[in-house]
Amino acid sequence: MIHPIPSGTRDVLPDELRELRAITDGMRAVFDARSYGEVATPALEYEDVLTRGDQAAADPAYRLFDEHGNVLVLRSDMTIPIARVVATRYPSAPVPLRFYYLQHAYRAVHQHRAQPREILQVGIELVGAPGPEGTAEAVTVLCAALDAAGLRSYRVGLGDASLFSRALERAGVEDGARDTILHELATRDLVGLERELARAGSPDGLLELATTRGGIDTLDGVPEAEPLRALYDGLPEDVRARVIFDLGLVRTLGYYTGAVFEVYDAAFGAPIGGGGRYDDLLGRFGRELPACGWALDVERVHAARLEEGVV
Amino acid sequence: MPRGALFRETLDRLDGLGVDTAEVRANDRKLLFEDAGIVTMRPSDVATYVEAGAADLGITGKDVLAEQSERGVYELLDLGFGGCTMVFATVEGEDSAGEALRRLGMMRIATKYPRIAARYFERTGRQVEIVEVKGSVELAPLTGMVHGIVDLTATGTTLRENGLVVREEIMESTARLIANPVSYRLKAAEIDGVLERLRAR
Repeated sequence: MIHPIPSGTRDVLPDELRELRAITDGMRAVFDARSYGEVATPALEYEDVLTRGDQAAADPAYRLFDEHGNVLVLRSDMTIPIARVVATRYPSAPVPLRFYYLQHAYRAVHQHRAQPREILQVGIELVGAPGPEGTAEAVTVLCAALDAAGLRSYRVGLGDASLFSRALERAGVEDGARDTILHELATRDLVGLERELARAGSPDGLLELATTRGGIDTLDGVPEAEPLRALYDGLPEDVRARVIFDLGLVRTLGYYTGAVFEVYDAAFGAPIGGGGRYDDLLGRFGRELPACGWALDVERVHAARLEEGVV
Repeated sequence: MPRGALFRETLDRLDGLGVDTAEVRANDRKLLFEDAGIVTMRPSDVATYVEAGAADLGITGKDVLAEQSERGVYELLDLGFGGCTMVFATVEGEDSAGEALRRLGMMRIATKYPRIAARYFERTGRQVEIVEVKGSVELAPLTGMVHGIVDLTATGTTLRENGLVVREEIMESTARLIANPVSYRLKAAEIDGVLERLRAR
């Protein structure tokens, strides 16, 4: 008898799970060695609690009612639930707090695009450690986790969520035009970006800024990139070798405030993970703390590892 | 790269980049040209291959990108060729679509671009029922199946020959250079080199 399961979900059988487990066990050892403690939170949350973070960022795709008529949602990431945990369970604990997780998140899918509804994420949250030192620690742990997973050719793209809007401000682009310009950047429509910048009087060097990718020298002459330079200074040599600066990098989630990063592997056509600083998010749950974190898609890491030919 | 209307001009641009396209020009049926590093396909498939990382760079129409706007590809450059217009057209003479909207409260619209069409009529505050067709869209209003069509036209000849007239222009489309987001970072220098030479033309 064949019994179907929803599109975008799947059963994981022993052969695959054994390989996934080898990846996550390696990462767990990295987190344990660096005093990160594992947390698990419920897959179901109250919608009005989860969306305190940011309606768009929480972006729950699945809603249901409980027996009292409350709206429950399936979490779409782990960062917001952990922000809730910190405010609720650690209201006065000394910082920094170091957490890691290995949990499923739930997303909506586009039809016929081979996208998963249920994503196995592994990640950390470093709460109460401001940038650039906190960010440097998070990126260093990220690379250690990827090394432990056996990936060899990965790179980490580093950018700053606020860099381009600060550059627009310095160039004297008015508020109204800024949102349109940032939208074109976020959707990576560089034709549209050029058009909107031209409409705002083609301020010098901004199109170049948005498309700048490369080494530490690409930060020269960009005052907005000073926080990124400080972050780089705090990174160990082997992590620096993995970094690609990308001054137009914008993550789609709304809660990022500073440094953002994405993980690429030539063996996989899409980013296999990412993260960044979110210094305002905890405050929305009642404990104002700077924080930083990242998540990797375990199944993508696995696919990249297979493609790289690591046994 | 796209076969079809954008094919010849795309090959000319690649020649300008120093890519040897002789084999591609000489071969109508072959799809993968390893020496030149080129794969050929329908324009509407280009974004699919580039998003998946099966190709680092691709060339396709803005119409395709607008219809598949959720695809994770970066749009790098307007190549300027292959210009055409997305239009709303109906049978010539009395405005049957306007009549339908007035008396039925909605119009039926046939198109190969359901998302562009739906967004356009929503934005302009008109209720429509979209009928997706795969082949010649012009046939749909002639048989009375729909009140109008949304389609791409370069010269308007096909529309005219089928007794259709353009009522509204929705968007302009030209060929665009797109990139895979991972290649965009990992092969930044190569991609910027291509961009620079295409811009310099």
